[in-house]
Formats: sequence, structure tokens, C-alpha cells
Amino acid sequence: MKSTNPVWKFFVSVKLTVFLLLSLAATSIIGTVIPQNADPEVYFHKFGPFLFRLFDVLGIFDMYQAWWFQLLLLLLVANIVVCSIDRLSATWKLIFPRNLVFKPARFEKLEKKERFSVKRPPDALEAAYTAFAAKKFGRRQIDKTEKGFVVFAEKWRWTRLGVYIVHLSVILLIVGAIIGSLFGFKGFANIPEGESVDHVRLRDSGRMLPLGFTIRCEDFSISFYDTGAPKEFRSSLTILENDQAVVKKDIIVNDPLRYRGISIFQASYGEMAPEKKPDHDFSAENIQLNFTVKASGMVYKRKVEIGKPVDIPEGHGMFTLMEFNPSAEFRRQNIGAALFGVLSPLQGEPVEVLLPLHFPNFDKMRRGEVVISVADQEAETFSPAQKDDVRYYTGLEVNKDPGVWVVYSGFIIMIAGCFITFFMSHQQICIEVSRKGDNSDVRVMGIANKNTMGMQRKVEKIAGHLAKLRGNP
Amino acid sequence: MNSSQLLSFVTFAYGFAATFYVAAWVFKKTMPARLARWAAIIGVVVNVAGFMLRWKESYDIGYGHAPLSNMYESLVFFALTIGILYLFVETRYKTHIVGAFATPIAFLAMAYASLSPNVSDKIQPLIPALKSNWLIAHVVTCFFGYSAFAVAFGVSIMYLIKSWASEKENGLLARLPGLKMLDELTHQMVMFGFLFLSIGIITGAVWANSAWGTYWSWDPKETWSLITWFVYATLLHARMMRGWYGKKIAYLSIIGFAAVLFTYFGVNYLPGLHSYGSV
Repeated sequence: MKSTNPVWKFFVSVKLTVFLLLSLAATSIIGTVIPQNADPEVYFHKFGPFLFRLFDVLGIFDMYQAWWFQLLLLLLVANIVVCSIDRLSATWKLIFPRNLVFKPARFEKLEKKERFSVKRPPDALEAAYTAFAAKKFGRRQIDKTEKGFVVFAEKWRWTRLGVYIVHLSVILLIVGAIIGSLFGFKGFANIPEGESVDHVRLRDSGRMLPLGFTIRCEDFSISFYDTGAPKEFRSSLTILENDQAVVKKDIIVNDPLRYRGISIFQASYGEMAPEKKPDHDFSAENIQLNFTVKASGMVYKRKVEIGKPVDIPEGHGMFTLMEFNPSAEFRRQNIGAALFGVLSPLQGEPVEVLLPLHFPNFDKMRRGEVVISVADQEAETFSPAQKDDVRYYTGLEVNKDPGVWVVYSGFIIMIAGCFITFFMSHQQICIEVSRKGDNSDVRVMGIANKNTMGMQRKVEKIAGHLAKLRGNP
Repeated sequence: MNSSQLLSFVTFAYGFAATFYVAAWVFKKTMPARLARWAAIIGVVVNVAGFMLRWKESYDIGYGHAPLSNMYESLVFFALTIGILYLFVETRYKTHIVGAFATPIAFLAMAYASLSPNVSDKIQPLIPALKSNWLIAHVVTCFFGYSAFAVAFGVSIMYLIKSWASEKENGLLARLPGLKMLDELTHQMVMFGFLFLSIGIITGAVWANSAWGTYWSWDPKETWSLITWFVYATLLHARMMRGWYGKKIAYLSIIGFAAVLFTYFGVNYLPGLHSYGSV
């Protein structure tokens, strides 16, 4: 399909492909360096008014949804479609030719040919060689020559379609993603233990969406390893239709509940706000922190009190405990009871430090010079009153994505297509046998549309194998 | 004997192999090449043993998971896949000089795992998000991809060294395999890596969908793996459709491997879902 249409000419170019792939790669970096979809205030504070305005106009704070990024993806799809259509018509004729013709000249042009002689005349070899070609290659043609015969054989002609299969898979991924964004939704719901919801809040618009059924959270439980790391978050859920329980299931991370095309995932949890203020429920004398100085590896134990700065040994500045929070949050996840303080190094800015009681190694994440931990502390010391009567809510991610099966079929097709494109090729061999006295002179040549070196090794192997065949007596 | 001791031995074996592959190349001797080959084989075997033992130890402690869950374990597995892939290349292409450029990467991975104070070799329990059957499929395929790109990187460096100095027929450079073969080997490794990186990203997406309810969320690790995929896709298209060859492909392969390294290590310094990879 040769076209003079300028739009077609623009999209049919592989230069455009290279440009688009590299542009996508380069621009994608931005969104990994600037955290996406954070609070505008955070951005304003970080970048100042000018950069904030500029980035905001360019959609940098939600760049993967920005018009220009989506345009790049759209151009890539157009490029793939046009290139594939343009080349497919030619490839199609190659794959399904009216009549198969082997061109001896193409083999003659090869630099490398395998050559050996056999102490038998060509007639004696013909049957064995033909059978070999039939077994290894399938499609074959035997021509008589003046001095003997030539066997042409080939296989995997259809693998020339591999690259179109990969391209189709990319289209399926994009189509599946579009179906998902048009006909699906992403929502969430926080349900206190014992309560139910029949609406979820949508992530993008914040709108409430009725589900058509009710989710009840019977119970939420959390368990920890002895290292303090979380082991399991479990919600016992019941689905109700017209007040009738229809499904009961415990969900954990990696094992969601699916009902009527809607999936319910364990996403987060939290403690319900306690009824009374627990500010002074714990005894301030009992708080002991470990300060591990990275440079020397020394661990120092220090008693701390709210509002009173303590010196950190080895000249690392001061630490001031600010408050105790029975239900602290980190990146919108509830992490339970935690201490909060400010570390002021001798040089540089003071940093805020969060010390969750359930995660003694939490402060390592900050990668500071000094690691502060509450490792030796009994959690009960800090919250004596409320251990048993703590009430949780479960945070559920409630999604519907009817495009996911299109995406998954794209995944399977992509793997198959890549395998075919990279590791299978259309291979043709030519075995020419000519009489030389009582002996036969044999030449073996092979061509493939890909991986020429691999084909050369294969031809060597075939020649070695043929040289051992004795043929008819 | 515990797995950490076995794996320290592996570091030593890969270091030995790397040294002797270089010696075989520099001094044009076959004896060091044979020693190096044996060291690499022993390294791989003990690497597998250490991996299995660590798996068993995790069951003994009561955690019970495949040793593919943190930085130390991934480095050990990375070194293993490079070792396996390199031995395959040596057997198939009948050249040991690639070893001088590939085994050092396996050695560096193991040395970093064993010696860096930032990498803890303690067996840690699995956090809820990692408890999935997809863990093994996802990590194994990703690391076969990474290691193929690592070998491609080594071969691309060889290509550039050889092509820069091809006029001066210095013995050291003359002994490098031919440019055509190096170019072909880079291409083969990139194709292999691309297939496995694709499967790695796909298994990760399917896993994410069962854990978080969305198969793609533009988390930094996901995005960087996609950036890597774009770079190698560019390489493949440039080569197959535009006939790029040699130096240009070698440069792209080096840029691609830089993206791999950033996906593997650099992303841990950015916020995101994959942050457990850093501990």
C-alpha cells in the first residue's frame, strides 16, 4: 500500500517510532522524580510560585494523564497501526504465496557454504536426504539436475507474522486501558468493624457511587511478626443483597473478593478515634529511645520527655520529643501509635522524625546519620488504657475494570509474539548433490530472515548430520 | 554451614573466575581460561546451593518464603542468573573472552551483597503485599531479563573497545572476538532480555492487579521498568528496521543497562510501592 498521502507518510516512518519511544522514555522520568498527585500546597511550598504555575499548566503533577503524554501514546498507536498495515500487505504475499518458488540464486550469493563429499553416488543418497529434509523442515521440493539433485526445504514461514502479533498486543493493551477508564471505576470505602456501606467514593472525582449491593465488615484483624513488621491484614466481609447475606469471605492483601464484576481489595486500615483524649495516659518518665550513630555503630539509650531537648552523643545535635499520637498516619496509611519529634543537627535543617511503636526499624528509612528507635519499648507503656477496646476500620479499594481481560489477552499475545519474533525465523535450506566419479559432492546452504549466525550454526549441524547418512546400498 | 557462608564462598569463586578470565585474555593462555571456567561453574553450583539452603532456612525460622524478597536476596539471584547466562554464552559461542567482561558483574553483585553495610543479609519475614504466588514468577523473569542486559552491556563495552582501536593491531584487542560476532551477541542478549523483561513487567502487572486492584499505577519502579523497555524497544526497532549496527547499537545497549541499574537500585531512593526492595 504505497500512498502519497502526507499524513500516511508521516506515520509510516520508523524514525517517528524511534523519536516517540525515546520521548516517552525521557518524559516518563519526570513523574518518577516529582511525586504525582500530591497536595497542591506541598508543590507550592517546594517549587515556589513561578515553577508551580509552570508545572501546573503543563500538568506535571499528574503527568501520565496530561494531554501531551496521552498524545505521545496516541501518536505511538497511530504509528504502530499505520506501519503494520503498510508492511503487512507485502508480508502477507510472502507468507501465503500462490505458488512456492525456491530461488537458487539466493543461496549461491551466500558467503558461507558447507561442503563435503560422500563415497556414494547421488542416486543412493536421494531417498535418505529427502526424508531428512522432510523430517526437519516439512515443506520441500526436489529438483533433478544434470549431475544429481537439489533438495530445497523450508519451515516457519508464518513466523514472519510475529512482529505484527506484538504490535497487535500493544494495541490491545491500550484498548483495554481505554475500556477500563470509560466503563470502569476506582473507588474506596472505609468501613468500621460491624458496619456496612452501599456506596463507595470515587478516587478521581470524589463522587459517591452506589454499588447496588452492601458490603459489611464483620471484623478486622492485624497481626505482626516478632520483628514488628506487619504479617497480615484481614477483613471478614459479607456481601448483602436486599439485607440477605449472599457471599462471605475473609480478604487479605493479594486475595480480594470479586462480586458481580466488582473487586474488593484490602488496601489499608485504621483505628477509630478514641472517645477520650489519651494525651497524658502514659507516664512520661518511662520513654526511652535508642540513638544509633551510623558512623560509629554505637547505640545510646536516652530518657526523653515531651518538649525537653536532649543531646545526641558524638555531636549529632539535639532531639526534642514533641508528642505521642495513639493513631498516627504515614503516607495516608495508619501505622498505629507513634511518637513524633524533631531532630536538629548541628549543621543543616531540623528534620521531623516519626517513631511508630509497632515498627522499631522505621526510622532507618530516613537514611539519616542517626537512627532513632523505640526498639526496647513495650507498646503498652505508651497506651495502657486502650489496648483491648481499640476499634478498627478497614480500608477497602473497590474497583471495576471491564477492560482487564482485553489487557490480559494483550499480555499473553505479547509474550507469544515476542518469542516468535525473536527466536523463530523463516528458514530455508538448499542441499545440492552432484556426481563426481563414483562419489557425490554435497553442498549445504541455508538462509533465514533473522539470526543469520544461528542459521549458519544450524547449517553446519545439518551438514554434519548428512555426512553420516549412508543412504541405500 | 549456613547460606551466608556458602554465598560468601560464591563471591570468592566469581572473583576468581573474573580474575582468571581477564588473565586468559591478557596473557593469551588457555590454562587460566579453563580454571576460570571451572571457578564459574563451581560458583554457579554453590550459588544455587546457597539459594536453596537460604530457602530452607527461611522455613526453619518459620517465615517460609523463596529467597527473593529483599536487596540481598535479589543480588544473590542476579549474580546467579548472570553466571548461568554467561556459561550458556561461553558454551554456545565458544569464546571465553566475554567472561572477562561478564563475570566481573556477577562478582560485583555478590560483593555488594556481602560487603555493603546498606544491604542486610538477615532473613526477613514477608510483608503482606509480597505474599503471593506471583513473587517467584515476577522476580525470576525480571532478573533473567536484567542479567541478559548485563551480559549485553559487557559485550557492548567489548565492541566499543575493539572498534576504537581496530587500526592499531594490538594483540590484546586483536584477541577480542570479531566485531560482527560481538554485535550479533549484543542483539541476541537484548532480544532475550527484552522477552524476559516483558514477562517480568506483565507478571508484575497481573500481581499488582490482584494485590492493589490496578495493573498499572505509574509507581516509580513500574515507570522505570517501562522506560527501560522503551529504550530496548528503540534498539530493536533501530536495528531491525533502520539497519543500525555496531557502535550505535552498543551505545543504546549501554544506555539501556543504565536504565536497568536505575530501575534496580536508583528507584529505591524515590518514594513508591516497591520501597521494600531497598531494605
